[in-house]
Parts: sequence; C-alpha cells; structure tokens
Amino acid sequence: MKNITFLTALLLLTVGLWAQTPISGTVKDGKGHPVRGASVTIKDSYDGATTDSLGNFHFSAADKGNFILLITNIAYTTVELPVSLTGSPLELRIVMKEQLSELRAVTITAGSFTAGDAKRGAVLSSLDIATTAGSNADITAALKTLPGAQQVGEQEGLFVRGGAGYETKQYIDGTLVNNPYFSSVPDIASRGRFSPFLFKGTVFSTGGYSALYGQALSSVVLLESIDLPEKSEVDASISPLLAGIGTQQLSKDKKSSWGGSYNYVNVDLYFHAVKQVPDYFRTPQFHNGDFNFRFKTKNGGMIKYYTTFAYNDLGLRRQDYDSLNMKDAFSLTNHNWYNNLSWREYLNNGWKMDLGASYSTNLDNIGQQVQNASNVKIAFPDTVFWMNSKTFNVDQRQDLSQIKAVFDKKLGALSAIRFGTEYWYAFNNQKYRSQAYSIDTFYKFHDNFNAVFAESDIYLTNELAAKVGLRYEHSTVINRSDLAPRASLAYKTGQYSQFSFAYGIFYQKPENNQLFYTTNIGFTKATHYILNYQKMTHERIFRVEAYYKKYEDLIKTIPINYFYSTFNNSGNGYAKGVEFFWRDKKTIRNFDYWVSYSYLDTKRNYLNFTESMTPNFAATHTASIVMKRFFTKLKSGVNVTYSYATGRPFYNFFLDGNKYDLTASGKTKDYNSLNLSAEYVPQLGSKTAKSWLVLFASVSNVLGYNAVYGYNFSYSGQYRQEINPPAKRFYFIGCFLSWGIDRSQDAIDNNL
Amino acid sequence: MRYSFLFLALLTAFTAAAQSDKYTQAMQKNIALLDSAKTIDQLQSLAGTFERIGDAEKTQWLPYYYAALAQTFVGWAPETKDKDANAQKIDAYLSKAEAITKNAELYAIEQMKLTQQMLVDPQGRWMSYGQQASAALTKGLADDPSNPRLYYLKGMTTFNTPAQFGGGKDNAKPLFEKSVALYKAAQPKPLYPTWGRKEAEDMLAKCQ
Repeated sequence: MKNITFLTALLLLTVGLWAQTPISGTVKDGKGHPVRGASVTIKDSYDGATTDSLGNFHFSAADKGNFILLITNIAYTTVELPVSLTGSPLELRIVMKEQLSELRAVTITAGSFTAGDAKRGAVLSSLDIATTAGSNADITAALKTLPGAQQVGEQEGLFVRGGAGYETKQYIDGTLVNNPYFSSVPDIASRGRFSPFLFKGTVFSTGGYSALYGQALSSVVLLESIDLPEKSEVDASISPLLAGIGTQQLSKDKKSSWGGSYNYVNVDLYFHAVKQVPDYFRTPQFHNGDFNFRFKTKNGGMIKYYTTFAYNDLGLRRQDYDSLNMKDAFSLTNHNWYNNLSWREYLNNGWKMDLGASYSTNLDNIGQQVQNASNVKIAFPDTVFWMNSKTFNVDQRQDLSQIKAVFDKKLGALSAIRFGTEYWYAFNNQKYRSQAYSIDTFYKFHDNFNAVFAESDIYLTNELAAKVGLRYEHSTVINRSDLAPRASLAYKTGQYSQFSFAYGIFYQKPENNQLFYTTNIGFTKATHYILNYQKMTHERIFRVEAYYKKYEDLIKTIPINYFYSTFNNSGNGYAKGVEFFWRDKKTIRNFDYWVSYSYLDTKRNYLNFTESMTPNFAATHTASIVMKRFFTKLKSGVNVTYSYATGRPFYNFFLDGNKYDLTASGKTKDYNSLNLSAEYVPQLGSKTAKSWLVLFASVSNVLGYNAVYGYNFSYSGQYRQEINPPAKRFYFIGCFLSWGIDRSQDAIDNNL
Repeated sequence: MRYSFLFLALLTAFTAAAQSDKYTQAMQKNIALLDSAKTIDQLQSLAGTFERIGDAEKTQWLPYYYAALAQTFVGWAPETKDKDANAQKIDAYLSKAEAITKNAELYAIEQMKLTQQMLVDPQGRWMSYGQQASAALTKGLADDPSNPRLYYLKGMTTFNTPAQFGGGKDNAKPLFEKSVALYKAAQPKPLYPTWGRKEAEDMLAKCQ
C-alpha cells in the first residue's frame, strides 16, 4: 500500500510538468500608469515574469493548486494575490500602491538653501563655501552670493530680504550662537568665528523656517557639525597674516575622536605692505584656540563637545567727521568663550532624541576718544556736547546658557512628528563711562526665555508633503508670550520640478541696547509668505522664489534728550521681492558657476525713521555670479566672484529737542566687486604622499572699485564723510599643510 | 518497514537531485541569457527571473548575485538616467544575497553600484561614494586576494581617473595584467561568475 502511495506521488510530480497554466495581465499604479519592471512570481517557484514598459506580463506556471502570486517592485507596496492554478488561462489586472520613498518624495524648499555633502537637495557643499572667491572661507561671505542676502560691507551679519543683520540668527547643532562674529569696529564688518570645515551641513533659510527655531525675524543659518573626522591628521597653516596648528585624532575603532587647534593672527606685516586708510595704533591681533571630542554611542547615536576661546585686540584712528583737524581713536579688546555639547540618540520604536546644551560668554572692553593732530586727547566744553559724547568707555558682558531637547518619531516611511522645549538664560550687563562728565552708568538685565514647540512632517503621497508647526515662547525680561504658527507645503510637478509654499509668524526680542533702557516693550513680529519653484537635477539647479513679508511691532526710538531715549513697539514695515538662482556644472566640463539675482522692495518705519522709508541696508537689485574652474593638469583651481548691487539709501536725522528731523537723504552709487582666488595642490594624486600642501591666494576687489557703503554726517549736517572699507583691496596668501595617513589604499597595493 | 525506509531514502535522493538539477538548469539557462542580453528590458526581466529563483531556493546566494549583476548592467546603460533609483534596486538584491553570505563577488557588485552613483557628480560625490567604492574593493580583496574581477574593476577606476590624481594608463596597466593573469589561473566552481576576462584583456591592450 505504501509503495502505491509513493508511486502516485512520483507520478503526480512528473505529470505536473506537463499541465501548465498560462498567466498574463497588466500591472498599473493608482493613477492608471503602467508599472515597468514589476516582478510577478508564483511564490516559492521559479515561475514568473517581469512587466514590460506597458506593464504587461505573461508566463506559464507549471504547478497546479492554490498558490500565492507575488507582485513586487521597489517603489511600490508588494501585492500578494491568492490564485488557483487549474490549467485554464488566467488574465489578471493588478493595481500597485506607490510607496513613500525619500529618494522620490518631494522636499520642502521654500525659503531654504541647503548646503552639505551628504544632504539631498544641497545647493552648495562645504568645499564650495571655502572656494568661493571673496569669501576667504567665511561662511557668511559665501552665503552672501545666494539670493536674498544683501551686499552689506560696513556691518557684519546677513541682511536678508529687507531685514537688518540682527534679524538673522545662527544655530550650531540646534542651539543659538550669541556672538557668531568677532567683535567689530563701527563701519567695518568682521568675520564669523567658525570655520566652514567644522560643519557637514549648512542650511541658509531666507524665511519661513521650522518651528524648532525662533527669535529671528528674517532668517536662520543652521550649522550641523561633523560627526567623526575621516582620519587622524596634523595640520598647520602659515601666512604673512596668520599661523596655526591643529590635530584631529580618530581612534582605531573609528568610534571616537578628539582634536584641538590654535591660531594666531597678526596683521602688522600685512598693514606695512598694504596701506590702510585708518591709522592702526594697536595692530589687530587674534588668538584663537579650540578643542573637541566626539564619540559614537552603542545605538549609533553621537555625543559631541566643541569649545573655542578667542581673544582679540585692536585700536585705530580715523578722521573725525565734525572737525577735519581731529581724529577719533577707537580701541577694542574682546574675550569670547563658546561651548556646545550635543547628544543625538536613537531610541526604540523609531524615536530619536536630540539634546543640546551650550554656554557662551563674551566680554568687550571698548574705548573711544577724540584726539588732536598729535594724537593727544582733547576735552570739550559743554556747549559742544556732541563732541563729548564721542569720548567714552564701554565694558560689556553677554552670557547665554541654553538647553534644548527635541524628540522625533517616524510615522510610516517619511512622515514624522517632532516636539521639544528649550530654555535660555541670558545675562547682559554694561558699564558706560562718559569721560567728559566722569559719570558711570550701569545697565543690566537677566532673561529667562522658554519655548515649547511641535512640528509634523506629513507625506500624503510622494508628490505632496506638508510641514505644520507651532511654537510658544515666553521671555521674562519683557514678561511677554507669543504663539508662532508655521506651515509649509510642497508639490512635485515632475521628476525634477516642484512648487513649495511657506507661511509663518516669527517673533524676536528687542535688542540688548534697547532692553537696557526699557523692558516695557514687546516682541517684534514678522509674517512671511513664500512661493518657490525649483527644478533640480544633479548638475543643474534653477529656482525662483517670490515672497511677501509683513513687519509689525518694530521698535521705535522715543528720544527724551540727546543722551537718553526710550522705546516702544509702534514701528512697522514690509518687504517683498522676487529672486532667481541658477547653478550649472554640466554645460562646460570642469566649470561650475552660479548666478543669483534678488529684487527687493522694502520700507519700514522703525528706530529714528521719520516715516516709512527704505532702510539704508536695502538695495533694490542685487546680483552675484560665482565661477569655479579646476585644471587637473595644473593641479590648481581658479575662482572668480562678481557681485553687484544698486545704490542704497542714506539718511541724516537731526535730533530737534525730542523729535527727529530728516535733514539729508540720498542714494549711494552702485556697488561692484570682483574677487579672485586660486588654489594649488601639488601632491594631488600622489599615492605615496604622507603630507599634503595647499597653496591659496586671493584678491578681493581686484579692480580697485571705490565702495561707498553710506555716509557719516557731522552734527550740523553740513559735512558728510563716506563710509569705505579700510583698504580698497584685500590680499591673502597662505600655505596649508596636513600630515595624515590614509591606510585604505595599502591593503590593495600590497596585493599587487 | 526496512523497504519503506529504503524507498524513502531513495525518493529523497531522487527529488533532491531533480530539484538541484532544476536549479542548475535554470541558472545555466539564465546565465547564458544574461551573457547575450542586450536591451534594458531583457536585463530587467533577467534580474526578476534570478530573484525568483533565489526566493524559491532561499539558501542560494548566486541567483541574487546574478539579479544584482543584471541590475548593475542596467545601471551602466546611458538610458538609465536615475542612477540612485537603480542603485536602490541593486541594493535590494545585494541585501538578500548578503543575508546568506558576504564575499568578494558581492563586493565587486557593490563597488560598481557605488561607482555608478559617484559618476553622477564626480566632484561632489567623490568624497562619499568614491571613498565607499574603494573601501568595497579593499574589503573584497581581503576576502579573496586572487579575484580577477576586483582587479579589473580597480583597473577601470584607475584608468578613468586623470593621471594627475594617480590614475591613467600607466597606473592601470599592472592592475589589468594582474587581472588577466588571475583570469587565466582561475578555476571557477559551476555557476560561479566568470565575466570580465575579455573586458580585462581589451583594457590591457588599450594600455599598451
């Protein structure tokens, strides 16, 4: 009996080979478009087919009975279909549901430029920032070549879309940086404190940014520090202007690293070679040290600590603008210490946690006095009180401590919710000494600032995504709260093209020098509406963005007398404009260029403005063209940047008792600047090189164009003096060395 | 009882042989088809076929390897515009193969996949994809120091890198020589990959 069963089984097995069931049909997606390359399979058998470009398939199945038909394609959700194979032909119509995928999904681009090496949708890479001519590896200077930013040269900061420099804030790993620039001298912009090489990603948001950030009316620059260096190395830099040494040590298991560096800048030699307009009686000097450690946690999280200490000192004399026989001598000493600790951790069930803490303290000792032709201090009678106001000392300190926690949970493939809180404790004090009257005035305030925020990324399909957020903020110094909604939407119109829209309300505390006088003022407010179209392939990017921004509750100055003012929130304004960006790496081999253009129409009534006026930092038309060409044969690269801006308005306000009168106004001439830089990398491609050398040279404003940023007016208003850069051109040459051993190549070479 | 045991043993042996024979035949047939495939549709279809064989067999890495290889050939075609999306498909096959084993042949596929992604934007992607591609070669050679395909791929990368960057004909030549020598000495197991010999010989001729 058993034998017969076996025989039957054997027989059946053989018979099965002949009775085939033809299966055919089509596979389409939800919109009725054919799905090409979908695999149609009888589960656990070899039988099946792949769909053609019309979504058609056909094959024959050898086995009989009930089976599962599997339809798979990487971009779609797998379909499992029970089928009964009897030998009679099967005709199937299959509909597959598209899967959300990061690679195919739309990204929200309204208002933001992403720079970074790993990021999708990046507009600039870290190296782009360093090799933009005229930037000299200053992040802010490179971002100025993007649309939305003004070519302001007399103050540091990014002036974005009709916003003042202080309306742009910088964040490192989620926490605010209180003093991102070196302390500056009036009418001369200073550099940023942080090197672009510290960061793997930079987002420059020109508006409509996420609810995770606040206290910036116009714009945020989000800097994300690198996790671990690629290898251990020692670096040195030498230039007539600076000398530096540093190291990065990566542990053998590549799970932790530490590093430190020290730089010293002294421009004495340079100022002897290149004449400066101001008379520097204390040569600018900068000492800068930093240290970091980073390590990976068990679950792939990351803990990073970065600290930097800086000291700088300088003193300079310039022509006094009330008397041609006199000079204003200004001196500055600054100490700054910045600390940032962050912890990113992956928790269970798709949760992610980002904790951040930072502490910074900044100390400025500033002095100014009016001197005669022999550089001797002059005293004035009370009748020329405006001259007395130019002789003073200011000692000020700004401390900021922060903690921030953000929790993030993935919902489905791409959607996510995010929420968190942050707390800032700010302490600011200032001692102002009027030399003429020997009076010391002390100002100080503390602020406990708290924010709670939540945000959700909602992906409806690969084509349609939304981000909705809400942020609550409270500041104790002004004892005010606000509620800031944010929303953005993106819709993909083609494989490479998309529209995005962003809306948001943004609040910002009044500035320190206003809070010193009164705390009975509220948040300033801006509402943004942004519409963006972008078409982006790997080698070409085209963007157009139009925006409207409404300013409310801006700070107005209410003068009481020449020396004393108070403030209220009666100011307002608007900004609107259109911007274009085009980048192309494709048309000409080894040649990469981008072009930005911004049109801006803005007016505001704030501070001492007598009516709604275009602020003096706003040019109607701004354009930049950045070009980079690398010559592999010469192992060198040449970079050119040309920037242009139409003239900016300037005003002179005269304080008449307790109100301002507009006594002069006009427009500066157009701004032009052509910058060049070149790098030479002699060891490029050398397999045996243990040390690397980069020679770098740059010239800013090659054509020697005389830039006029505005005017300083004498008290009488009869005389005006141009605000110019301290020298027409800026030259830099430097040599950067690094010693590091990359062993990845050795294993292969040893086998040759 | 004894008979039925014998029968059972015989039957098991028979079906196993039939099964493995079916596998070998299907593989041989489709490997031959892959060697002669010309269009993207043919390659795509073969990738699907190999995946089906792999899914049915469950313990064989070679079907997935060939599926990934066919998909890699799709990636080299200029008509394939979105190399990242194609790389995602290659990855899907590779990860199925790697769940069974991880070896030099799979590293070779990984290297090609990463190279295709790197070539999308060599300047921008060299640091990420380029480095990962060379790491894949290193790992592959650590697994099998006499794999001729890895030397061929290393030769190709070197050949296509400008001489100033340590590439060019002269630097590529010893790699192709080594590759060709290894192809001559190679004694691949049945169904194991053999591709690349002619390509390596042609490249060596170009370097002369």
